[in-house]
Amino acid sequence: MSPWLPILMAVPVVGAIVVALLPKGSDKLAKQVTLLVSLLVLVLTGVVAAGFKPNGDRFQFVAEYNWIPSFGVKFGVGVDGVALVLIALSAVLVPIVVLASWHDADGVKSADGTVIAPKRSVKTYFSLLLVLETMMIGVFAATDIFLFYVFFEAMLIPMYFMIGSYGGAQRSYAAVKFLLYSLFGGLLMLVAVIGLYFVAGKNTFMFPQLIGVIQDPAMQKWLFAGFFIAFAIKAPLWPVHTWLPDAAAQAPAGAAVLLVGVLDKVGTFGMLRFCLELFPEAAKAFTMPIVVLAVISIIYGAIVAIGQNDMKRLIAYTSISHFGFIVLGVFAMSDVAQSGAALYMVNHGFATGALFLAAGFLIARRGSPYIEDYGGVQKVAPMLAGFFLVAGLAGLSLPGLSSFVSEFMVMIGTYSTEAHGSGALTAAAVVSAVAVILAAVYILWMVQRVLNGPTAEPVKAFKDLNAREIWVLAPLVALIIGFGFFPKPLLDVINPSVQETLTNVKVPVSTIAEKGTGQ
Amino acid sequence: MTTHYLVLSGLLFAIGAMGVLIRRNAIVVFMCVELMLNACNLAFVTFSRQVGNLEGQIIAFFVMVVAAAEVVVGLAIIVTIFRTRRSASVDDANLLKY
Amino acid sequence: MESEIAQITQHTGGVIGNAWLMIAFPLLGAFILLVFNRLTDRWGHLLGVAMSLASFVVAVLAFFELIGLGEAERRRAVHLYEFIPNLDINMGLLIDPLSISFALLITGVGSLIHIYSIGYMAHDEHRRRFFAYLNLFVAAMLLLVLADNYVGLFIGWEGVGLASYLLIGFWQFKPSAAVAAKKAFVVNRVGDLGLLVGMFVIFTTYQTLSFAELKPIEVENGTTLAIGLLLLLGACGKSAQLPLQSWLLDAMEGPTPVSALIHAATMVTAGVYLVVRSGAYFFPEGSGAALAVAIVGAATLLAGAIIGCAKDDIKKGLAGSTMSQIGYMMLGAGLGPAGYAFAIGHLITHGFFKADLFLGAGSVMHGMNDEVNMRKYGGLRKYMPLTFWTFFIGYLAIIGFPLLSGYFTKDGIIETAIEHNQVLGWLAVLGAGITGFYMSRMVFMTFFGQKRWAEDAHPHESPTVMTVPLIVLSIGAIFLGGYLVLSNRLLLFLAPAVGRPEELPTFHFVSVPGITTLALVAVGAGYAWVRYAQAEVPVVQPRGSFVTTFARRDLYGDALNESLLMRPGQWLTRIAVFFDNRGVDGLVNGLAAGIGGSSGRLRRIQTGFARTYALSIFIGAALLTGALLLVGTI
Repeated sequence: MSPWLPILMAVPVVGAIVVALLPKGSDKLAKQVTLLVSLLVLVLTGVVAAGFKPNGDRFQFVAEYNWIPSFGVKFGVGVDGVALVLIALSAVLVPIVVLASWHDADGVKSADGTVIAPKRSVKTYFSLLLVLETMMIGVFAATDIFLFYVFFEAMLIPMYFMIGSYGGAQRSYAAVKFLLYSLFGGLLMLVAVIGLYFVAGKNTFMFPQLIGVIQDPAMQKWLFAGFFIAFAIKAPLWPVHTWLPDAAAQAPAGAAVLLVGVLDKVGTFGMLRFCLELFPEAAKAFTMPIVVLAVISIIYGAIVAIGQNDMKRLIAYTSISHFGFIVLGVFAMSDVAQSGAALYMVNHGFATGALFLAAGFLIARRGSPYIEDYGGVQKVAPMLAGFFLVAGLAGLSLPGLSSFVSEFMVMIGTYSTEAHGSGALTAAAVVSAVAVILAAVYILWMVQRVLNGPTAEPVKAFKDLNAREIWVLAPLVALIIGFGFFPKPLLDVINPSVQETLTNVKVPVSTIAEKGTGQ
Repeated sequence: MTTHYLVLSGLLFAIGAMGVLIRRNAIVVFMCVELMLNACNLAFVTFSRQVGNLEGQIIAFFVMVVAAAEVVVGLAIIVTIFRTRRSASVDDANLLKY
Repeated sequence: MESEIAQITQHTGGVIGNAWLMIAFPLLGAFILLVFNRLTDRWGHLLGVAMSLASFVVAVLAFFELIGLGEAERRRAVHLYEFIPNLDINMGLLIDPLSISFALLITGVGSLIHIYSIGYMAHDEHRRRFFAYLNLFVAAMLLLVLADNYVGLFIGWEGVGLASYLLIGFWQFKPSAAVAAKKAFVVNRVGDLGLLVGMFVIFTTYQTLSFAELKPIEVENGTTLAIGLLLLLGACGKSAQLPLQSWLLDAMEGPTPVSALIHAATMVTAGVYLVVRSGAYFFPEGSGAALAVAIVGAATLLAGAIIGCAKDDIKKGLAGSTMSQIGYMMLGAGLGPAGYAFAIGHLITHGFFKADLFLGAGSVMHGMNDEVNMRKYGGLRKYMPLTFWTFFIGYLAIIGFPLLSGYFTKDGIIETAIEHNQVLGWLAVLGAGITGFYMSRMVFMTFFGQKRWAEDAHPHESPTVMTVPLIVLSIGAIFLGGYLVLSNRLLLFLAPAVGRPEELPTFHFVSVPGITTLALVAVGAGYAWVRYAQAEVPVVQPRGSFVTTFARRDLYGDALNESLLMRPGQWLTRIAVFFDNRGVDGLVNGLAAGIGGSSGRLRRIQTGFARTYALSIFIGAALLTGALLLVGTI
């Protein structure tokens, strides 16, 4: 029993209560406390990461407490490599988001005095943020499937309020759409969770004890479908993706980062852990249709992104394309592709986070998300433009930046997989590689219209980044470049856990990995 | 031998139900509900006698208690409605709709 | 065994063991200049030059250390760190004759162009950023040529693409520059797709992407042909070869030193490097893949030359010529080891004389208020003598004037080509003739004939900081070719890296193709003299014949791209967006509206009348009772 994960989960929620109970008018203090708490969580995550032994037991920092004994429900937490890097991703993003949203709830007025966003409760916003952090850590750390489900659904609540109360003009439409979509998926998953409990008949929801228990192929398929649809909505996979552009476009930039950067990762994380390991036969049987959906997501998301005129929607569609890559990697059934997919989850969080935040800073200055309202930002705010460009380049997976490594691994792993139906997977890799070109088009066209060209009249008043904003973007860019050239620390943590997954799916780990570990 | 009691109970219940459906005066509706409850009581007691144990009679007591509580709350509501609307017709209290 | 290449061995210590410094210096320069931003405005350009020179020094030292080794040991791999353990890919450098030749060219010519830029960009308020990008470019280009595996190469490959993007768009406030930068990147990405998929196939077939672990092949099979063609697609993108040539002419929107360094001397030759580097593995002599390379080269050398004939913009004329000259190199690269030496030789000499020409053009523009239209030049040789003489030397070198650099390397390619493939070889001869015409046209329109200047033009010679690099480059343009080609110096030096031909070629000063080439060049130059030095050149561009229009419009390459790719792409995008909003999202919203609508109707059941509710309760109870009775009877 290790207390670290429960502590990690408790700190933000305690912080949230403290922030909520602060007396009226202490907005500034609320922000500072939030920042402090989120930094503390980051430090604690660092401690956990430092104590994690990549080649040790699969689940480490395990803690189990009885919760509902009559159904065998436990408060069971523990991390494997993939969960650890995703918790680390959340822990890194939250302080950055806190800094980035420093003035988001203060209300925004444009230069001519029209109210763009009214003043709202600062304390509520930041305590919601901290509650969300607890849930994000919890959902990745949960080893009890029931607990996972609880966090999976509960995460929606703070995010619903963050979009619905602090978002843009169409916030309530977006928030309700987000909630209904997610709840629909969540309910299917609940049915599957209960089904799993009864079919397995082991009076437990603990994931490690449920691996390999369901043998009946037909039952596997039904349960797989329940989980998969929930995760596909969350991920989001074509054709259940349309909630994301609305939600991301209406959410404040900081919330959008957490939504796309972390919350959506729960979908792909769930596919990797639960869909594959609990129902290996079903996963193999459904590989082809899912790969087709993933490839459609990749290409379709990219094409639709090209045609967007709202920056945040554009970024959301690029994410749909990138999630297609992650799903493709998960279901390619090769260790290279799956490690790539897991790595992609982290890298995408950094890259899209940076892009959303940089776009958010632009929008905060101009008061409009529409690309045509910009032009020539480079000239008046070169630093902002530079960060925006680097984030964009990470979005198009420029080699040397972190997303490239993961995208390359996914594609090459998919191409070279020896799994069943490898011919179709090879074709899938080649088709998805076309996204390399489309990505250049959607990013650079946006860059051209926003940053380049003659400076538009309203843009001339732009101020370049202030110190706070630099502190938001610089760490992300540093991580993007750092992991672009040196992804090994992440891969070392991810690889053993992915190999464990593949062993449970009974897919032979390819010779390369053996060669790699043999050296 | 207990058939007559049951038939009486059924008749009382039917009368009560009809009353609830077609009468407008809240007091009368209320009385009809009571009638239905007592019809049930009669049935319970009859069955208790028929089967030969006390459970039915116990439940009859429960029903009486609940009915008494219901009268207290229900009459209070009716009186309040009458005070505010100057009418005891159930059809006039129809704001809670759609 | 003709294509036998030396084994790659691990190396530690010495200058070669620390060759990463070559990349680190300019990278550090770029980092400092970009991060410390305006703090470095005053001395940023000097730092940029210093870093480039430092890199050059390392390259020279590494070169001498390399030739100190035995011939069979001249392929040294330097392990840096583990990159992607899953794929067994390490970051490492390969120092061999091929890569060190490139490194010397990149850092040498690169440093000269850095120095030149101090003067050329002196009045630009963003000069520091310019030097940051130049340093970034040098670092990426060095990574490209020094990497010991395809992934490292690819990172450098895209890095130079990024630097090129940033530098073409350096004056991004001009919409044309922004569009040109984007176009260059996107077109390059089409080529990158080839390289990327090529890497997939290589990895799947050989389980490695490292040069050291790939084995040279003798005969090609379907797989290597596919790999070869995919790599060729990549090379076409970067080297502006048909059919991905269209970006290079637009790339001239960038400042002239950029055109000289990136779009003439170094980056655009990366495709040639890729083919030569992969030659032993995927382009064995006489294979279909090699033939495809040669055909692409021959087609582009003609296309580029034809485009060059009709351009009035001096830089675009030079860009056409760059395309054409790289076509020669590709042609050489498709001819096996004998051709490799000439291709690389031409690449090096071209790096010198084309940089010389571009910088000369920059010097002319500098003196003429950034005018690029040659119709508004004329008679400039008296006003800028140094620029004229250096430009003239570059000109003589590129048309293959006997004993100058281009003469040796280009003739080498032509003769080898004729030995291998008569048709391609004679096409190359024809191309040389056209080169004679369009380059002469350029020189005559610029430096000879009447003055056709704009009224406010006051041509003057450029400052020393700009002319010294010109002089150095033109010295290279005179002597380098002979030095490299005579007694097969370059060929023997490169042999451990690219293989040695069965019999060593001997350079014929008198041969049928050589004489024919010279004769054609003379005809072309003579015709240009008559039309552009003797006759009056109209200041306004005349309408021109069908052929001229064809060449002016870049052989309709852009029109083709637009009608075949861009317009359908735009339609596809519009359809997809419409489908997403109305189709997919419409379905979702329709479902929501349907549920909303039916509940709107259903809620009418809530009448507010207590007895309605009571009735429904009774009906429900009756139904339940009925159902229970029914079940009971069964």
